[in-house]
Amino acid sequence: MKVLVAVKRVVDYNVKVRVKADGSDVDVANVKMSMNPFDEIAVEEAVRLKEAGKATEIVVVSMGVKQCEETLRTALAMGADRAILVETDTELQPLAVAKLLKAVADKEQPQLLIVGKQAIDDDANQTGQMAAALLGWSQGAFASKVDVAAETVDVIREIDGGLETLKLRLPAVVTADLRLNEPRFIKLPNIMAAKKKPLEKTSPADLGVDVTPRLKTLKVAEPAKRSAGIKVANAAELVAKLKNDAKVL
Amino acid sequence: MAILVIAEHDNQGLKAGTLNTVTAAAKLGEVHVLVAGHNAAAAADAAKSVAGVSKVLLADAAQYAHGLAESLSALVVEVAKGYSHVLAPATSFGKNLLPRVAALLDVAQISEITAIESADTFVRPVYAGNVLATVQSADAIKVITVRTTAFDAAAAQGGSAAVESVAVAADPQLSSFIGQELTKSDRPELGAAKIIVSGGRALGSEEQFKAVIEPLADKLGAAVGASRAAVDAGYAPNDYQVGQTGKVVAPQLYFAVGISGAIQHLAGMKDSKVIVAINKDEEAPIFQVADYGIVGDLFTVVPELLAELSK
Repeated sequence: MKVLVAVKRVVDYNVKVRVKADGSDVDVANVKMSMNPFDEIAVEEAVRLKEAGKATEIVVVSMGVKQCEETLRTALAMGADRAILVETDTELQPLAVAKLLKAVADKEQPQLLIVGKQAIDDDANQTGQMAAALLGWSQGAFASKVDVAAETVDVIREIDGGLETLKLRLPAVVTADLRLNEPRFIKLPNIMAAKKKPLEKTSPADLGVDVTPRLKTLKVAEPAKRSAGIKVANAAELVAKLKNDAKVL
Repeated sequence: MAILVIAEHDNQGLKAGTLNTVTAAAKLGEVHVLVAGHNAAAAADAAKSVAGVSKVLLADAAQYAHGLAESLSALVVEVAKGYSHVLAPATSFGKNLLPRVAALLDVAQISEITAIESADTFVRPVYAGNVLATVQSADAIKVITVRTTAFDAAAAQGGSAAVESVAVAADPQLSSFIGQELTKSDRPELGAAKIIVSGGRALGSEEQFKAVIEPLADKLGAAVGASRAAVDAGYAPNDYQVGQTGKVVAPQLYFAVGISGAIQHLAGMKDSKVIVAINKDEEAPIFQVADYGIVGDLFTVVPELLAELSK
């Protein structure tokens, strides 16, 4: 079974982003970029499927600027077999990415597409579900366990209040949640080996996909800051404040 | 054109987030609610009583019993064609379903809006709530998930909408429901609770998390939450998680017990009305957002607090 995994290059988890002075966008110049953490989990899951003898080939794909190549090399170092970069300088929104994923999947014919449930920059949580819709495939969103059989895949999903198990007909899209696995630490020899793995480049035009953004960002702003309150000495004083001042008890 | 709200329900009644979504929808126009379920007449009855709802559409079929995205999206795209906006709560239900609907309609989705500026312009948090983006949609149908904590709940009573049946759509039969394992609890839901008591890594173990956090929560009639660190350490189940990768909450009163206040946790609770922090580290970032802070050992402070509340 061939597995396709999509990865996104995002501002690193530990960077606190700033808004540009003119409020037009977030300032991402010279900040550290990394693979979206949920996509790392997606790659790890594919690699584990291969190690378990269930996946035969892992193709990893990324969309965006030239530097996404670094993100793809990271995925190759984790254990993906080959990479595809859909290169463009246009801002890509989830619907455009889903259309590109469909185009790549039509060509590659994987049985499983795994993506992170959400990117930590735009927090959209859309791409996997949209790709499933466009492909006409089943979807297992927010997966915490994936069990692949010949024609189906059982997915345990994180839902509000607990867990849900679905049986999906293959081919399917799975979106990775936090508890699906813990991504491995990449060893140096694997980083070296990843440099020799094949990386193919294509473009939205080559794939025949219109990626024009549908949403226009009018402005960005930092939310109102919450100011620190007061320290109280003990539980008695706290309860008094909550009852008399804040009136929430 | 009217606004379509996709109800989240359990066939017997509406889930709380549906009421907040109705409030958001009412800012845009006349509100119709789609209840798609199986033997869901009771849920439709609940929907028709919600203040501000003018029509309830009921699609009742076995394929809608468990809210499968593949089956529901096939229905919603048909119904949506008569509407300018389609809204659902940004819960695991809405987040699973609505992008599928948007893609089938070939429109963008606007995720987790926190404010409505006009019929085509919305505010939504990005970068875990550290930035608010104002976005404008050029699409004919606006498909939107609503951050439920950003809008008040519509009154559950006071409406008297008509209920109309809608045709069931062909089922793509791509997936099937196997089972559900819900955390059993008599406490309120995290998303709807007025008071939340959350525990962090300082609790040290699952046993101590239960022994310290739960009695305080029960005394206050509160829901129990946890930081990601506490969840990662196995002290609390994942559905307790408050933060960027868990649930976003905004109760009247939030207790952060033994939580240092990582950015990712603050993103999930900083809109709470009153925040109380109990932490032995005076420098913990949680104190920068807390209205009331106690610097001290939680294993001493929480029992004192319980005693004080029992007086």
